[in-house]
Amino acid sequence: MHGPKNLPKSLDVRLISLLSIRGAAVRRGGRLLFEGVSLELAAGEACVLTGPNGSGKTSLLRAVAGLVRLEAGEVGFGGVDPADARGDLHLVGHADGLKAARTAREELTFWTRWGGGTDAAQREAAEALELVPLLDLEVRRLSAGQRRRLALARMLAAPRPLWLLDEPLSPLDARWREGFGAIMRRHLDGGGMILAAVHDPLPVATRSLELTA
Amino acid sequence: MSRLAALIARETTLAWGRGGGPLVALGFYAGVATFLPLAIGPQHDRLASIATGAAWVALALASLLSLERMFERDYEDGALDLLMLSPVPLELTCLVKCAGQWLATGAPLALGAPVAAIALGADPALSPLIFACALLGGIAFAFVGGIGAALSLGARRGGLLTAVIVLPLFVPPVIFGGGALANFAGGLPWTAGFAFLGAYAAAAVAFGPLAMAAACRNALS
Repeated sequence: MHGPKNLPKSLDVRLISLLSIRGAAVRRGGRLLFEGVSLELAAGEACVLTGPNGSGKTSLLRAVAGLVRLEAGEVGFGGVDPADARGDLHLVGHADGLKAARTAREELTFWTRWGGGTDAAQREAAEALELVPLLDLEVRRLSAGQRRRLALARMLAAPRPLWLLDEPLSPLDARWREGFGAIMRRHLDGGGMILAAVHDPLPVATRSLELTA
Repeated sequence: MSRLAALIARETTLAWGRGGGPLVALGFYAGVATFLPLAIGPQHDRLASIATGAAWVALALASLLSLERMFERDYEDGALDLLMLSPVPLELTCLVKCAGQWLATGAPLALGAPVAAIALGADPALSPLIFACALLGGIAFAFVGGIGAALSLGARRGGLLTAVIVLPLFVPPVIFGGGALANFAGGLPWTAGFAFLGAYAAAAVAFGPLAMAAACRNALS
């Protein structure tokens, strides 16, 4: 079984432990994507966002991260200032922010430091996602699945309570879908939260919220 | 602190690799400096009188080269999103990005500036002041240029747009620096022009990051 060997048992109390979305609406390019979306997510809970292409799943994730303005409604983090909450969440999406010309090690090291992670956590993350033999390769030499594993490793290298995942499984093979399932279960058991936009079901128990176009 | 140290290391290496790095910028600089005497004619007096000005123009153009991709790449590949998801304020992130840009291209160009000016016939006694002006001018170019680079995010032909936005803002440092050098060469008081150049660079460092951060937020939302 793969999966991280040593995730923190419980997350720091200073961190966010609640996500609440109330009456959210997002408009993109003059078109109202969705409105009246509400959701509560407590520590240890996961929720999947489903819906057809273009229904606004990615926009909702980006709105929670504070990258997209809400047309109406609000996103709260249990009393934590949304500006501070930004340092408490991870976003993994299609645009993974990895530079093709740099090595996997350079990228993982930078994002670990940027996320406030330790060298030990970085090593464990690389081992958990079996990236160690790939670390000296340039990112352009990695397959789509390996690249996604590198993007996911950043979340373990700098632990944060809320994971916002946009189609996290799509480039992964069957073995790694299960492997990442185990990683997600550890995260939830440690008091983390997951909000994921998916087309295929996640290998962890979740609630679901459907966005309609 | 370790966050910012990691960021400046990343920005410097990325800027170093962007568009071939400082060697290509220096090569472009040398190219423009060589082009002018060919276009103007080889009379030594005429060249010597425009030498420092020509070095300034070449410096401004060479600074523009690598500016284009400063935010664009991070915007396209999603790294800008992740840089925003941090306790570090975006304004500080932008400041560090510009500092990395300056370290990788502005500082090497400042070393080349006296060489180019002397090659065009400027008095070698001017070289310390040319170097100091190019150093300060490079800071102004990097921080003002960053505003243009951030404002043109998401636009087609963003590099061209950056140049159109930024070139007018490059005018004051060119005037102040050029004035200081001309006065120094003519034995006139030169400190006022130099002080204005320093003030412009300081203002660019102080206010540039606020504008860049606002432009980045606007491009992403």
